[in-house]
Amino acid sequence: MSRVTATMPSSAIDQDWRRVLRWGLICGGILVALCLVGMPVELDRREIIERYLSLGYVSILLIPVVIGRIAATQVVLEGFESRKQGLFDLVTGLLVGIMGGTCLTLLIVALDSWNLRDPLLNWSPKLFRFLTYENGIGFGAMAWIVTCGLLGMIGAASHVVPAMVRRVSGTVVLSLLSLSVLEGAVDDLSEGFGLDWLTDLLYAKKGGLTLTSTIVAGAVIAVVAVLTSGRVKALTTSYREKEGAERQKASIILFVVVAVLCIVLPMFLGKIMNELLANVGLFLLLALGLNIVVGLAGLLDLGYVAFFAVGGYTTAVLTSPNSPFFAPEMHFGFALIFVVIFAIIIGLVIGAPVIRMRGDYLAIVTLGFGEIIRLLFLSDWLGPYFGGAQGITNIPGVDLGFATVKGTDPRSVFYLVLFFCAIAIYVSWRLQASRLGRAWMAIREDEQVAEAMGINTVNSKLMAFVVGAVMAAFSGAVLAAKVGSIFPTSFMILISIIILVVVIVGGMGNIAGVMVGSFVLIGVLGGPKQPGLLQEFQNYKLLIYGMLLVFMMLKRPEGLVPSARRSRELHQEEFLQDAWLKGDKPDADGVGDDGGEEE
Amino acid sequence: MSTHAVSTKPAKRLVAVDRFLTFIRVFLVTMIVIGLLAFVWQQIDADNPFARWRNPGARGLTGDQFKGLLMSGLSQGSMYGLLALGYSMVYGVLGFINFAHGEVFMVGAMTGFIASDKFAANGMWESNFLLCLVLIMLMAIFFSTFTAVLMERVAYRPLRNSPRLIPLITSIGVSFFIQNLVLGLFGPGAKGYPRLPEWLSKQRSIFTFEIAGTRLLVLVVAAVSMAGLWYIVERTKTGKAMRAVAEDKEIASLMGIDVNRTIVTTFAVGGAMAGVGGILWGLMFRSVTHMTGFLPGVKAFTAAVVGGIGNLGGAMAGGISLGSAESLAPLLILEPLGVPGVSQLKDAVAFTVLVLVLLFKPSGLFGERLSSEERA
Repeated sequence: MSRVTATMPSSAIDQDWRRVLRWGLICGGILVALCLVGMPVELDRREIIERYLSLGYVSILLIPVVIGRIAATQVVLEGFESRKQGLFDLVTGLLVGIMGGTCLTLLIVALDSWNLRDPLLNWSPKLFRFLTYENGIGFGAMAWIVTCGLLGMIGAASHVVPAMVRRVSGTVVLSLLSLSVLEGAVDDLSEGFGLDWLTDLLYAKKGGLTLTSTIVAGAVIAVVAVLTSGRVKALTTSYREKEGAERQKASIILFVVVAVLCIVLPMFLGKIMNELLANVGLFLLLALGLNIVVGLAGLLDLGYVAFFAVGGYTTAVLTSPNSPFFAPEMHFGFALIFVVIFAIIIGLVIGAPVIRMRGDYLAIVTLGFGEIIRLLFLSDWLGPYFGGAQGITNIPGVDLGFATVKGTDPRSVFYLVLFFCAIAIYVSWRLQASRLGRAWMAIREDEQVAEAMGINTVNSKLMAFVVGAVMAAFSGAVLAAKVGSIFPTSFMILISIIILVVVIVGGMGNIAGVMVGSFVLIGVLGGPKQPGLLQEFQNYKLLIYGMLLVFMMLKRPEGLVPSARRSRELHQEEFLQDAWLKGDKPDADGVGDDGGEEE
Repeated sequence: MSTHAVSTKPAKRLVAVDRFLTFIRVFLVTMIVIGLLAFVWQQIDADNPFARWRNPGARGLTGDQFKGLLMSGLSQGSMYGLLALGYSMVYGVLGFINFAHGEVFMVGAMTGFIASDKFAANGMWESNFLLCLVLIMLMAIFFSTFTAVLMERVAYRPLRNSPRLIPLITSIGVSFFIQNLVLGLFGPGAKGYPRLPEWLSKQRSIFTFEIAGTRLLVLVVAAVSMAGLWYIVERTKTGKAMRAVAEDKEIASLMGIDVNRTIVTTFAVGGAMAGVGGILWGLMFRSVTHMTGFLPGVKAFTAAVVGGIGNLGGAMAGGISLGSAESLAPLLILEPLGVPGVSQLKDAVAFTVLVLVLLFKPSGLFGERLSSEERA
C-alpha cells in the first residue's frame, strides 16, 4: 500500500476555520446551557479548595478543557501519514476556548440587559454575580475569555506534551478532585479507622481542601504517580492476557479481596455511608438481573421495574400487619418463597406474549407492561387488596433471631443486600458459561442463526425473563423490608431506565462491569430518589444519566468494563478492517486473542 | 440451574408457550365480548340481571354522553395520529423507534406556552387571537423541527449502521436528556396556557354532535396537516425521495438521491407534525410540564403500530382508533365488568390495545410498509 500524505497546514494560523468555529460554538453552547440549567450556581455551594475554587466553577472550567482536547484530536487514518501535533493544535484549542468564553460573555451582557426570568428559571442576579465574580461585566468578560482560552489550550496541549507528563498531571487533578468531592466518604472512613487528625489536616472546617493541603497532597500524588507509572497498566494487561487456569486463579484472588472488603469495610463506616452502600447493593441486584435480560439475551426490557414492584408488593402483603385485604404476617424468609413463585409467574406472563416480537417492539410492550402494573397497583380496582395510592405501610424488618434487619440500621440492610448480591453474582457467573448462557449470547448475536443451530430460542428467552424477574423481585423484597412501606410511586418507569443506564455504562453482559456501573453511578450520583455521594447533583443527576446514555452509545457502546465477546460484536467491522490492513484473512469470529473465560 | 431445559423437551415446551398465548387471546376476546354484551344489556334495561351481574350500579350511557366520549376520543386520537406520523416515517426510513419523538412534541407544546404567555402579557392574545395562534404555531413548528433535526445529526447519524437496539437505547437517552434539560431550564411546575377566547372554546353542535370549539379546531388542524403531509409524500419530488429511501437506501443513493438529506427531511417533517400536535395539546389541555411528551409519545407509537408501521394513512387511522378506544373502552367494557374507578385505567387500556394488536395482527390493521431489510 502506498503511503499517502494528507494535506498539511503550512503554519499555525492556517487553521481549519470551519472546524474551529464548530467546536467553539459547541463549547459555548454547552457552557451557556449549563449556566441556564442552573448547575454552576447550585454547585457553587460546594467548596473544592477553600475560598479559591468551588465545584460550580470546576463544572464550568472543565468544559473548555474537554472540548479543547476533542477539537485538537487528529483523525489518524491507517495508511496515511499523520501530521506531528504541535503549535497548530495549541492554537486550535486556544481559539475554541476563546469562543466558549465569548459565548459566556454574551450571556453576561444579556443577563445584565434583559430580564428573561419568566420562562427561564435560572435567569437570576445570582447567576450574574456568579459569572462576574461580583466584579462587574468588564472583569467577568475578560476573566472568562482568558481562562477559557487558556484552558482550551491546556486541553489541546494534552496531545502535545509527553505521555508521562499528561498522565501524571491528569492523575493529580483527578485525584485532588475526587479527594475533595468525596469528602463525606473520606471523613466517614477515617473516623471509623480513628484517623480523624488526617481529615482535620486535609479539609477546611467549612468543607473543601485547604490551599496548603492541596499543594501537599498534589505533590504526594504526583510523586506516587511518577513512581508507579506504567505499573498499574502492566498489571491490568497481564491480568487480561492470562488464560485458562492462571486467569481463574487471578480472578479468584481478586474476588476474595473484594469480598473481604465488602464484609469488613461496613463495620468501620457510619450510618450514611452504609445506607449508601445498601442502596448501591439494591440497584446492583436489579442491574445484575437486567444484565441477564439485556446484556446476555439481548432483550431490551424497559418494564423491568414491574418485577421489582412484584417483589416489593408480595413481601409487603405477606409480612405487613397493615396489608388491607390479606395479612398473614409471615416471616420474611417464608415470604421470599412466594416472592420467587410470583416473580416466575409474572416473568412468564409478561415474557410469553412478547417473546416472538421484534426487539424494538419488545422494548415498548414491556414498557407498557411496566406502566400497566404500576397503574393497577395504583387503581381503585385493586386498591382494596394493595392499598392504592396509600400503599402498604408498617412492613416489619427481617427477624434473624440474633438480629433484626431494619431500615434504621443500614449496616444490617447492607449485609442482607450483600447476601442476595452474592447469590445473584454466583448465579450469573455460572449461567454465563453454561449451555443456557451461551444460547442467550447466540440469540443476542443472531436469532435466526441461533435457531438454525438448534437452540430453542423461545425457551431460552423465557428463561432469561424469569431469571431476571427473580433477581429484581429479591431486590424489591429487600426494599420493602428496608423502607418499611411500599407505594406505587416507588416503581416508576424511571427506575427501569436508570438501571438500563447502569448496565450500559458499566458494560453490558459483564458482571464486573455491572458492579462498577452501579458503584460509580448509584454510589456517586445516586438512584432515582436515593442521594449519592454528590448530593449537590441531586437535581441534575437525571440530566447526567441521559447524557451518559447517549455518550456511551455513541463513543463506547461496550461500556466501561467491556465483555470481550460483546465488544468484538459491536466493533466487528473495525476488527475486520484491522485484519484486512494487516493482511490477515478476514475472520468473522473475532481476531487475535480471545478472553479465556468465555471459551 | 436448568441447563437441561434447553435440550430435553424442546418441541413440547414450544407448544406450551403457544397454548398459553392462545389462552391469552381467547381470554381477552371473551372478556371484551362479555363486557360489550353487559354494556348492551345495561343500555336496553339497566335492571337486567346480566347488566347487574358484575356492576350492581349499572345505569348505562345516554346518547349525548356517548357522543361526547366519541368526540373527545376522536380529537385526542387525531393528536396521537399527528405524533404517530413522525414515529412511522422514521421507522419506515431508518428502522428504529425514535423514542425521543415524544420530547419533540413536548418542545412544541412548551414553545407554544412561552410564546402565548408573552402574547397574553402584552394583550395581543385577546385582541388578535388568530394572528397569535398562527405565530405560536409557526414558532412551535420551528423549534420542534430544530430539535428533531439536531437530534438526528448529533445522536442518530453516527449510529446509522449499528445493531438495531443501539439507536433505540440512544433515543431513550436523548428523551431523558431533553426532559431533564427542559426541567432545568423552565422548572418543574405545570405551565398553564392563557385562557382561550369565548368564541373558540364554547360548545358547538354539528349534526347533533356536541363538541367544544377547541376540539373542533384540533380535528380541523389535524386534517389539514394530514392533507399537507399526504401532498408532500405522494406528490412532490422530496416525497418521492423519501419513499425511495424507505424502500432501499442503497439503490436510492444509486439513483442520485441524497440519502442524508432525505433522512433529515424526514425528521424535519415529523418534527413539524409533532410541533403542531404539541400546540393542539396545549390548546386542549392548557397545561404543559417537562413530562408532557412521555405518555403521548408511547401512545402515539402504539397508534403507529396499530395502523401498521411505515404506513402514513394507517398512522392517522391508528391514532384515531386508539384515541377512541382509550376514551370509550373504560366505560363500554370495563365498567360493565364491574371495575371501579375506570377512568384511572385509561393509560392501561392504551397499552392493552398495543398488546392486543401485536397478539392478533403484528403488522397492524392496515399493513406495515417497510423496506426489505427491515422486514427481515
